[in-house]
Amino acid sequence: MSMPFYVSPEQMMKDRADYARKGIARGRALVAMQIADGIVIVAENPSTTLRKVSEIYDRIAFAGVGKYNEFDQLRVAGVRAAELRGYQYSRNDVDARSLANQYAQVLGDVFSTMGPKPLEVELLVVEVSDVVANDRMFHILYDGTLLEEKRFCVLGGDAEGILKRLEPNFNDNLDVAGAIRVAVTALTGPERTLAASDLEIATLSRNGKRRAFTRVSDDAVAIALR
Amino acid sequence: MTMPRFSTGDDPGASFAELLRKVGIDPFPATLVSASDAQSFPHATTCLALTFDGGVIMAGDRRATAGMSISHRTMDKVVQADDLSGVAIAGTAGPAMEMIKLFQLQLEYYEKVEGQALSLEGKANQLSMMVRSNLPAAMQGLMVVPIFAGYDPLVGRGRLWDYDPTGGRYEERDFVATGSGSRLAGTVLRVGWRQNLSCEAAIDLAARALWEASDADAATGGPDVLRGIYPIVASIDSTGWSRVDDTRLAAMYETIMGEVRTR
Repeated sequence: MSMPFYVSPEQMMKDRADYARKGIARGRALVAMQIADGIVIVAENPSTTLRKVSEIYDRIAFAGVGKYNEFDQLRVAGVRAAELRGYQYSRNDVDARSLANQYAQVLGDVFSTMGPKPLEVELLVVEVSDVVANDRMFHILYDGTLLEEKRFCVLGGDAEGILKRLEPNFNDNLDVAGAIRVAVTALTGPERTLAASDLEIATLSRNGKRRAFTRVSDDAVAIALR
Repeated sequence: MTMPRFSTGDDPGASFAELLRKVGIDPFPATLVSASDAQSFPHATTCLALTFDGGVIMAGDRRATAGMSISHRTMDKVVQADDLSGVAIAGTAGPAMEMIKLFQLQLEYYEKVEGQALSLEGKANQLSMMVRSNLPAAMQGLMVVPIFAGYDPLVGRGRLWDYDPTGGRYEERDFVATGSGSRLAGTVLRVGWRQNLSCEAAIDLAARALWEASDADAATGGPDVLRGIYPIVASIDSTGWSRVDDTRLAAMYETIMGEVRTR
């Protein structure tokens, strides 16, 4: 008769966390920043069709790092949750905090109980407002940990190194082009360079239009990096 | 509220109506109303669209009628559907407004889920399916008959479609009118429409068509100078949707009224 082998809960959680962290560390990173004009999200992503940064709702954007198929499913789920709420109540009743909580719940459930393996993703849900103070940036980890970030944040592999390079260069008076330069310098570090085609950049503009999300074209990125 | 998640086989894809059904909301519920009841609900009336050189004009009056009374004077029957298209609606106001809302949501929802917008023809087809979904209600008298028009970047010109209550979709080349005043407005368009109309001339023709419709059809509202309420007229070209502002419409109707006085 075979013995059912025992794994302590601590060990199981640690194994799962290691597994998820490894998956995320393999992926390329992204940076989000709050500036006077809005929120800028800069991701290292050579693909022009498999997006890391996307629109969720009028003033809310989503970004994911890690395994593409996993965070893209979560992106679509977020669009659905937001659209359903807007349809049943009002467009004003859709907010990033509620979405971030729902994401945290899904990731937390999969990590601790439901899934055969944890999701290898980290998510960012950001909402732009009329003033910087009312912007929201929520960072959700693979285990459902929900963090509210201010001014800037980094997701993905080598986040600590990127954060270290970003911190001294960031200030609140950057324009979009300046923010892109700061983000790219932080993402690349001293040894590498990135061209416009290796980057996926989007902004949530503080311009009062209903749909705040716009993608920054490769041409505009190249000009900003010049 | 929990996040809606589906297994692969059960996923509603890029259809918003299908998503609503999956979460237990029927966007086109079966109704049980008598034909006489249906007549007493607010109705939206005359809308039209015509092509010009480089785009389309959409226009509609503002009146909603319930039986013999005027129920609303400021109804928006012509609305922007997305950047390059608009939708105008005639029929029972309640389901019509709901259909417009659902259609706008569907276009944006598709764009976000799929990562790219539908083609203009794809949008026209989506609206066709919505009108067809409303057929059971239409048979009970809750009819919705829209017009869809927009600028098609694939062919570089304005295009327009009208629908029948069963979801039949007909692309028209030049102009189309729907609602109770459609015969009157359609006649004005038929007489006045020319190839390669300028945008200004097309706006003027649309305003005149609505004027004649309101002059002889009780359910169509004319320009309401007393309250400062004017029809909605909008143009759509390669740069997008732009609504003709009320000051310009007021001046145009002043001219038309002057001409009518001296007929």
